[in-house]
Amino acid sequence: MLRYFAHRLIEAAIVLLLMSFCIYGLIGLMPGDPIDLMLSGDPNVTSEDIARLKALHGLDQPLYERYWHWFKDAAQGDFGYSRTHARPVLDILLPRLGNTCLLMGISLVLAFAVALPAGVLAALRPRSWYDYLLNLFAFAGISVPSFWLALLLILLFAVELGWLPAGGVQTVGVDRFGDRAAHLVLPVLTLTVLTAGGLLRFVRAAMIEALRQDYVRTALAKGLSPLGVVVGHALRNAMIPVVTVLALNFGALFSGALIVETMFAYQGMGKLIYDSIMGNDFNVALVGLLFATLLTLVSNLGADAVYAWLDPRISYEG
Amino acid sequence: MKAEALGQLAAAARSPALPGAPPGRLLLRRFVRHRLAVASGMVLLLLALCSLVAPLIAAWLGHDPNAVDLLGRFAGPSSAHPLGTDELGRDLLLRLLYGGQVSLFVGLVGALAAALLGTVVGLVAGYAGGRTDALLMRLTDAVIALPLLPLLIVLAAIDLGKLGVPAAVAHSESASLYRILLIIALVGWTTVARLVRGATLSVRERDYVRAAVALGARPLRIMVRHVLPNVVSPLIVATTLSVGNVILTESVLSFLGLGIQPPLPSWGNMLTNAQELIWQAPALAIYPGLLIFVTVIAFNFLGDGLQDALDPRAEEP
Repeated sequence: MLRYFAHRLIEAAIVLLLMSFCIYGLIGLMPGDPIDLMLSGDPNVTSEDIARLKALHGLDQPLYERYWHWFKDAAQGDFGYSRTHARPVLDILLPRLGNTCLLMGISLVLAFAVALPAGVLAALRPRSWYDYLLNLFAFAGISVPSFWLALLLILLFAVELGWLPAGGVQTVGVDRFGDRAAHLVLPVLTLTVLTAGGLLRFVRAAMIEALRQDYVRTALAKGLSPLGVVVGHALRNAMIPVVTVLALNFGALFSGALIVETMFAYQGMGKLIYDSIMGNDFNVALVGLLFATLLTLVSNLGADAVYAWLDPRISYEG
Repeated sequence: MKAEALGQLAAAARSPALPGAPPGRLLLRRFVRHRLAVASGMVLLLLALCSLVAPLIAAWLGHDPNAVDLLGRFAGPSSAHPLGTDELGRDLLLRLLYGGQVSLFVGLVGALAAALLGTVVGLVAGYAGGRTDALLMRLTDAVIALPLLPLLIVLAAIDLGKLGVPAAVAHSESASLYRILLIIALVGWTTVARLVRGATLSVRERDYVRAAVALGARPLRIMVRHVLPNVVSPLIVATTLSVGNVILTESVLSFLGLGIQPPLPSWGNMLTNAQELIWQAPALAIYPGLLIFVTVIAFNFLGDGLQDALDPRAEEP
């Protein structure tokens, strides 16, 4: 078990390393150049000055050397400065990370709370009217464009009804729990709807499959209560594929969070990454993308652990 | 094909009204049973048709989709502008139809390109086996798990000039269209690759494949003649389902200003300014999104219906 996870950990580290190089290369291909951005609008600079500055900052060197420099600093915890915020990257990133985890965490729990019972219900009577209805909802959830759903909710709750704020994390100058919670409602609602649809379909499919198994029939034949069989036998086994899908969908969840944060001006990591890419803040974009990758890898490892706990047949020995 | 034929046989045996119905008609019958899928197919056909005849409608209404009329901004519905005008006074209906051309084109071509790439990857992985397979599948898993949207944003923002693409090409009107298709193909191939790999693995050891190998058939021939026919139906389902996702991806990127570039309209980029204008002109925020939603959900229903029709085992309770 430990050996297996050590192996996976090393693998994850390699993936992270590869990703950091790819992202570093890609970011270098984005429009603009740190020196040009620094000097734009300064009429007293000659092209020799620019060449000298580029040499001073190492921008005339080949990609792998620049990456190696960045990597050496990053390994010591120095991720550089943000161009637009003029502060160290981590100082900006870490609070945003907390906001994003809050948003994703609450949405995920709520999506589970909706999709789990609904999926089980639908699986118990496939092709019944409520299965039909729940499926309709699930299809709507996976088909709705995230940004449009956000727009509709803003239109309804902020513009028409005026019940909730249209964006932000908190009202300026107000630092109360209720105020922060009110700002969370619409982003969480959007992300929950986006997540719950797909989750419902997976739970339903996994439950239909589990209910078909022999051990379910055996348990029922032994006279166990149907509810006990559904929850104790079928659901527990159905959770295994659901957990996999959930871990694999972490990337999609983060992508959804990026849109939701951008739409609601919620100060999370997704919005930070988007803003830094659009604002040519290369250091922040790079580290932000790496953190997102890291989160994904960690969630995948977590899923493996949950697996072993859910299904005693899975052993990671050998 | 064998397992499927057996499944069809079994299904035919269960429905006594259809003794010995030919598979084609059986498929159609099973598909038609899925009413939502049929309705979705019709809606999609209607949308495609309307988009295609957009120039005719433009001629009939008598204006150009890109004609700016600053005195007639945010106009309500009228006989000249059936859905009103947008923030530049352009006709909303016409822009929706022309945007439909772009969005549907990107959806279909993008999904096909991604399926093609996925098929190649899956065939190579499944047929070569060993290290190649392990490496390609690791790559597939990684692409599936990664948070794609931020990476797509980076890809969409790349300065093509720095890659050595001539400026005339990089800044031409259709460049954004091809770039988005390329990006979609680059990230959308994973589901198909897994499907095709699985099928290849299971077919590779069958007797008829061994016989073909013994007769000296080349790998390419075996893949095309023996492996591909086995994955046609799941391939059709996966591609249909992915059209919806492709349209969603395109619309998100275009909405963020990174996909299809104006003045070329797409349903996504028509919504770019909608958030700022939501207090003045809520209609602008509703129509393009509604069309995306309807199109995507229709493709998903269609894929679901095809799946039920092509793989009868999946849904039997």
